[in-house]
Amino acid sequence: MNKPAKKHSRLNIVLEFLGSMNLAITILVAIAIASVIGTVLKQNQPYNDYIIKFGTFWHEVFQVMGLYNVYSAIWFLALLIFLVISTGVCVYRNAPTKLRDMQQFRVNVKEKSLRLMHNSESWSTEKESAEVENNIRHFLKLKGFRTRIKDHDDHHVIAGMKGAWNRSGYIFTHVGIIVLCIGAYLDGGFGLTIKEWTGRIVPETRDIRADQVPATARLKPEDSMAFRGSISLQEGTASNIVFLNIRDGYLVQELPFTIELKDFRVEHYSSGMPKSFESDLIIHDDQLKEPLKQTISVNHPLIYRGYALYQASFGDGGSKLSLQAWPFHSKKIQKIEVKVPVKEKRTLNTLIGKYTLEVDDFKVFNIFPNSEKEKAETGKKFKNFGPSFTFKMRDASGAAKEYHNYMLPVTQDGRRFYLTGMRSTVAEPFRYLHMPADNEDSLDRFMGFHALLHDQVNMKRIAQNSVRTAMGIAKKNDNNLQSDVVSSMMNLLTLFNQGGYIAIDRDIKQKVPKDRQVNVADAYVKILQNLLQNAYLALLKQDGVDVSKGVRDEDSLFFEDAITALAGIGAYGSPVYFQLTEFKQRESSGIQITRHPGQGIFYLGCLMLIVGIFMMFYISYQRLWVIVKPEGEQLAITFAGSGNRNQRDFANSFEELVEKVKQFTTEK
Amino acid sequence: MSVPNEFMNSEMQPPFIKRLNALDWVFAILLVVGSVYAFQKYSHLMDAYEVGILFGTAISFIAIGWLWKPARSLMFYVAAISLFAVNLYGNDLAAAETNFFLRFLFSAQSATMWMSALFVMATVAYFVELFSGNEFTGKVATAMTWCATAMGFIGLLVRWRETYLHGADIGYIPVSNLYEVFILFSIITALIYLFYEKKYETRSMGGFVLLVISAAIAFLLWYHFEKNASEIKPLVPALQSYWMKIHVPANFVGYGAFALAAMIGVAYLIKDKALKNNPNGAVAKRLPSLDMMDDVMHKSIALGFAFFTIATVLGAMWAAEAWGGYWSWDPKETWALIVWLNYAAWLHMRLMKGLRGVPLAWWAIIGLFVTHTENFNLSSFRA
Ligand code: HEM
Repeated sequence: MNKPAKKHSRLNIVLEFLGSMNLAITILVAIAIASVIGTVLKQNQPYNDYIIKFGTFWHEVFQVMGLYNVYSAIWFLALLIFLVISTGVCVYRNAPTKLRDMQQFRVNVKEKSLRLMHNSESWSTEKESAEVENNIRHFLKLKGFRTRIKDHDDHHVIAGMKGAWNRSGYIFTHVGIIVLCIGAYLDGGFGLTIKEWTGRIVPETRDIRADQVPATARLKPEDSMAFRGSISLQEGTASNIVFLNIRDGYLVQELPFTIELKDFRVEHYSSGMPKSFESDLIIHDDQLKEPLKQTISVNHPLIYRGYALYQASFGDGGSKLSLQAWPFHSKKIQKIEVKVPVKEKRTLNTLIGKYTLEVDDFKVFNIFPNSEKEKAETGKKFKNFGPSFTFKMRDASGAAKEYHNYMLPVTQDGRRFYLTGMRSTVAEPFRYLHMPADNEDSLDRFMGFHALLHDQVNMKRIAQNSVRTAMGIAKKNDNNLQSDVVSSMMNLLTLFNQGGYIAIDRDIKQKVPKDRQVNVADAYVKILQNLLQNAYLALLKQDGVDVSKGVRDEDSLFFEDAITALAGIGAYGSPVYFQLTEFKQRESSGIQITRHPGQGIFYLGCLMLIVGIFMMFYISYQRLWVIVKPEGEQLAITFAGSGNRNQRDFANSFEELVEKVKQFTTEK
Repeated sequence: MSVPNEFMNSEMQPPFIKRLNALDWVFAILLVVGSVYAFQKYSHLMDAYEVGILFGTAISFIAIGWLWKPARSLMFYVAAISLFAVNLYGNDLAAAETNFFLRFLFSAQSATMWMSALFVMATVAYFVELFSGNEFTGKVATAMTWCATAMGFIGLLVRWRETYLHGADIGYIPVSNLYEVFILFSIITALIYLFYEKKYETRSMGGFVLLVISAAIAFLLWYHFEKNASEIKPLVPALQSYWMKIHVPANFVGYGAFALAAMIGVAYLIKDKALKNNPNGAVAKRLPSLDMMDDVMHKSIALGFAFFTIATVLGAMWAAEAWGGYWSWDPKETWALIVWLNYAAWLHMRLMKGLRGVPLAWWAIIGLFVTHTENFNLSSFRA
């Protein structure tokens, strides 16, 4: 052998390996296994989570292997490329055969090889060869075969073929895979990855304004082929950039046009679940004669200049809230107005130092399912608690608690309450303080009561009065005892104001021997109750309520509710209660913007794949051969066939064919 | 020429259209009239895609009915009974409690319960037939499977109407949650099985196939009674998509066919074992030949693969429309890819010498688990 031939054969070996079925199956399985890892192991989590889960050693191993972001790991990309190469080689080697299969009738078959075929039969007839051949061809044509005949000197070969498209199915399928992989590759954003590797792009991690983001984190429209980014637009604002999230940072992608959000609407089911959300967009572009107006909604994007704009989410876009701050722990009723938009902060000077109010969210509806009882009473499945907002109060040390306040009083057991929920960590549910509303549905009486309890002077007088009444005339002059009782009343009140019954309980546990604790607690509660009742009566009188004939039921219920709420204020954690008085809602729409120039190619590949698969599976490719050979007075006929799919089916139909052909070639 | 022309003439197959009989045409006309009526009545509520789906469905149903005659009768009975039930409902959901037919037979709930009971009984009957060889039992099993399938379809169609009775804005096509797709899975698997039963003229694989359906029924009942899953709840916006309307059924043709192949795989292994241990035993005799089972397994996986490919591509198109990217390696998409690659590998294995038979049967069985990990582990629907 000479050298070039050897080289050639080496190449052949490589091609054979790359195009081999073994390799194909191995790659398919390998990609499948890698994908299993990618779904079972949560991707792109903070490293700390992984360390806790796997320990440092395995964490290192997994990290080096790229198991935390399998789909962008180099070895995974290599597998995909390998699949494309393998399929490509496979097509390169097989396609010519398949094409030949479609065109060539193989009229040069030898009788011997026909006899060796699985489906083969021979017989002889006395009929004339031209007639036999004509009839056979005619018959095969009726059965859907295309036929060719060739005159070999001592015999004739008729070759028939059916379902040739089956063969091109192979080509469609496998070329389709290559095409769709190319499309997906174009959209994979690898250009960006390479730029990041080479350091030409550095994702920004600081939370700064978009126009301050340095050029290394900005992309011009022509810089990126494919991307997926998002932007949140408030009603009435516009943007010509989107943000691309990259791990813990982001890039600013500039767009060749400006998107304005004119209006945003959410519709709800009666259960309060969002039913649809849609945005009215206006596209401003120098290329347009006039701005393009279009409404987008979930599943109905706008495609413009190859950019697709999707409705992705919604949220508050800075609704303007007017709040009334009611300071707690003060003897004065102060009404302080605070105006703050959602997502903004305000610094407040309170009685116990500086606090920052951070408003997080605002909702117009709060819809909850009704209980069976409520359903029966109202005939409605759901109830609406109306507007609410959530915020944090952050103290000077930076610690914060989160709050959830409803704007309107909520009816519970026939009574009306202002609800405010508090929690210290996101993991807990909110615990709600129920502040009773007065006859005017306002908080005035409750807050008045609260202020009175903090008014030392007034409360002392009330305490003295109540002690005097309680002790009766007899001991009127026992001033020492009187002042002792008053001062312990005031102590109890202070404790109650600071931390409710819990604070009193704690105090008893500290100061009183164990065996007397229960008795003392009973006595304390009675004393305190007495004081609070008297304070409440004083408040009612001051409000002009006639209490001479006793306290009305509703007023005494109010008292119970107020005491419960007041007892909870100590643990509430905020020095102020914020009542929402007015709002101007402003919604924002989360819009996702993507560009996938490879999408068309990808879909083309998919189409080829599907068409090819159906051709391969559902067009059956069959070949038949008949050799007609004069042997003396007679004609020897050899009939054979092969089908590439469904051997059983083919064997059956071959048998039928043979019967028929035998019949008309032999019968007179 | 001495060959009589009559012979050739008799051999000449008339074109397909000419071979259809009157019933075929009545069937087709009914479907066309039905869809035109639906179009006239509801076209103002449909967008272009949905009109396309309506007529596309009518055409494919006609094709299925013409090519496989039993499907024609199935469609007829299912349609007639469903219309009857919907009519009984009128505009009042409460009729389900008061009307005899709805309460005991054709409300979505009742029909689904009938389907469940019939499938389980059919499973038993198929096995009885397999072990006793009693032909009559086999016929009963087949009849019960047909009735169960019909009941399943009726249940889904009536449920479709029920969703609208819950509220015009709530209504949706009932292939949208796990409960509904399990019904779909059961009836599609049964239909594919019934097709092969007729084609291969053997009932001995029935018990195995119905076993996996019974497992699905067990899950369905558990889901229904423990989790109250049959309750009708409104859809989140992302599921209100016309892609979903074709994506899900296509997917379930795939799942059904894969499940069927896996159960044939089980039968294959049992037969293979029996042939080695006790070639004259009842099991070895009654089960179909290895050859035939290999063939059914292959056909079934091919069918599943073709439809699963379509479903996955439709899923990508749906994702492109709802989430802005046709492929984002999210768990649901990725698992579909895993299933697809798995069966692609299976199909190629079969083309290699020496790997047919037992290894492929095992692979088909493992494939079933791979396929359904998706349904149980990952939340079945995104968003
Ligand atoms: C994702 C990748 C691939 C898919 C989805 C795929 C799909 C298919 C399908 C569905 C069939 C028909 C099987 C049957 O008739 O039962 C097939 C056949 C075939 N595939 Fe692939 N294939 C892939 C990759 C490859 C690769 C890499 C090779 C290279 C060795 C290959 C070689 C073949 C061959 C030789 C056939 C037989 C064609 C025939 O019937 O003559 N395939 N492929």
